Amino acid sequence: MILPATLLPAVFFYLFAGMCVACAFMVIAGRNTVHSVLYLILAFVNAAGLFVLLGAEFLAMILIVVYVGAVAVLFLFVVMMLDVDFAELRQGVLQYLPVGVLVGVIFLAELLMVVGAWVIAPGMPQSISAPTPTTISNTEALGRVLYTQYVYYFQAAGLVLLVAMIGAIVLTLRHKPKVKRQNIADQVARTKETAMDVRQVKSGQGL
Amino acid sequence: MLEFWTSYLWPLIVIVAQSLLLLVILLVSIAYVLLADRKIWAAVQLRRGPNVVGPWGLLQSFADLLKFVFKEPVIPAGSNKGVFLLAPLVTCTLALGAWAVIPVNAGWMIADINVGVLYIFAISSLMVYGIIMAGWASNSKYAFLSAVRSAAQMVSYEVSIGFVIITVLLCAGTLKLSGIVAAQDTRFGMFGWYWLPLLPMFVIFYVSALAETNRPPFDLVEAETELVAGFMVEYGSSPYMMFMLGEYVAIATMCAMGTILFLGGWLPPFPVAPFTWVPGVIWFVLKALFMFFLFAMAKAVVPRYRYDQLMRLGWKVFLPISLAMVVIVAAVLQFGGLAPKG
Repeated sequence: MILPATLLPAVFFYLFAGMCVACAFMVIAGRNTVHSVLYLILAFVNAAGLFVLLGAEFLAMILIVVYVGAVAVLFLFVVMMLDVDFAELRQGVLQYLPVGVLVGVIFLAELLMVVGAWVIAPGMPQSISAPTPTTISNTEALGRVLYTQYVYYFQAAGLVLLVAMIGAIVLTLRHKPKVKRQNIADQVARTKETAMDVRQVKSGQGL
Repeated sequence: MLEFWTSYLWPLIVIVAQSLLLLVILLVSIAYVLLADRKIWAAVQLRRGPNVVGPWGLLQSFADLLKFVFKEPVIPAGSNKGVFLLAPLVTCTLALGAWAVIPVNAGWMIADINVGVLYIFAISSLMVYGIIMAGWASNSKYAFLSAVRSAAQMVSYEVSIGFVIITVLLCAGTLKLSGIVAAQDTRFGMFGWYWLPLLPMFVIFYVSALAETNRPPFDLVEAETELVAGFMVEYGSSPYMMFMLGEYVAIATMCAMGTILFLGGWLPPFPVAPFTWVPGVIWFVLKALFMFFLFAMAKAVVPRYRYDQLMRLGWKVFLPISLAMVVIVAAVLQFGGLAPKG
């Protein structure tokens, strides 16, 4: 029995890819929105598995840390807190169907173009993507490209995120004049003299 | 057939055997870590702690285990059954999974992956799901409030832990856990480990690790005076035990991380004769136990934080300090000519 060396990666690829597609389907098919988000998380984890198979372990871990560990937690929060009426949500399905189909068709066409380019011109992917040097780990390779060749784009992306963050703060910050606020410095600076007032209370007289 | 044996079956058997060995050792150690936790706590309060089962109470954890396993698991009627039962499994599996990459001695780990630190970080960021799922699926107010608190707490302190890890990575120049330990192997012995040059970060790491594992004084998730038992309030028997196990394994992971990042992993305190005779794994265990002793003492002597104080500490104290430290460390390494050669 002779097994090709690609057997094990192939098995894992189909496992991760199949799970990913199945979970993605359950995200839109699930009746309970919290279950949908949990399936979305599983889909992310499977996608991370696919990244590991591609040899992009840094991307895989970042996908889990950022998307699963932070973004999906916020999703889950919102979905758990909101009181979603499922029956009402389902009524509008037919109305949005044409738009959904259009988006789906565009995605399909783009995917076919990518796969088509790959089949028709096998040399093309090599010309676009620089292969990872074998002497250094892919984290280091990514760092070298990101901080040398693309450093301005990287900084620009950071700036965009900063603007988004400041925008969110500006939109949600409300100054309520009547709310009492804590001043930590004041609290820490309190001493026995400022905080306590010791008095001798005479019996029968009070203060 | 021979090829199939040498290239697939034999490596599979080896890795399964290694994993089982690691799991058994880890679980037995956790049983005694739990006992140590209770004993230290008791000693601080001038009590004896568990002392009935076995000599000096040494078998207490196993008695507890049997009690949990033989009890009837109760699933609340209004709960979401699947998610309710999945939550403890998720917590326990993730916590144990982190140990696959932790090197307890030179070359002693299941997998020495290139992104070991990130893997542990990713696993610890996933740990929050066990708690959120439990809180939501229990269909109980206390459990849900606790889940909300916990999620906010863990996400907040992950930020500062992330920055602490980044400073260590800057100094070590590698994401491999074994590489980080190797980078601390200098002729200064224990004074070359990162706890001394990065002392503020070590303190931040320790406090954030307490918050990340929901240990006192940051155990607001399980604050019994306000939330009964928090997200575990509806759980009993084996599912409860799995939460408890997951929590203690996560604590052990954090101790191991502290050991690797700041205390030189398996390195002896001084690179001279009598210290170098002792096997590395013993140094590793001793250092991890020291970290755990710090955890246990914090539980015994520090009163619980208020929730807003917790959030303030995370976002307004630790985040600016750790951000500044990342910049300072990077600048010192770059302009002091100390940067690791990549």
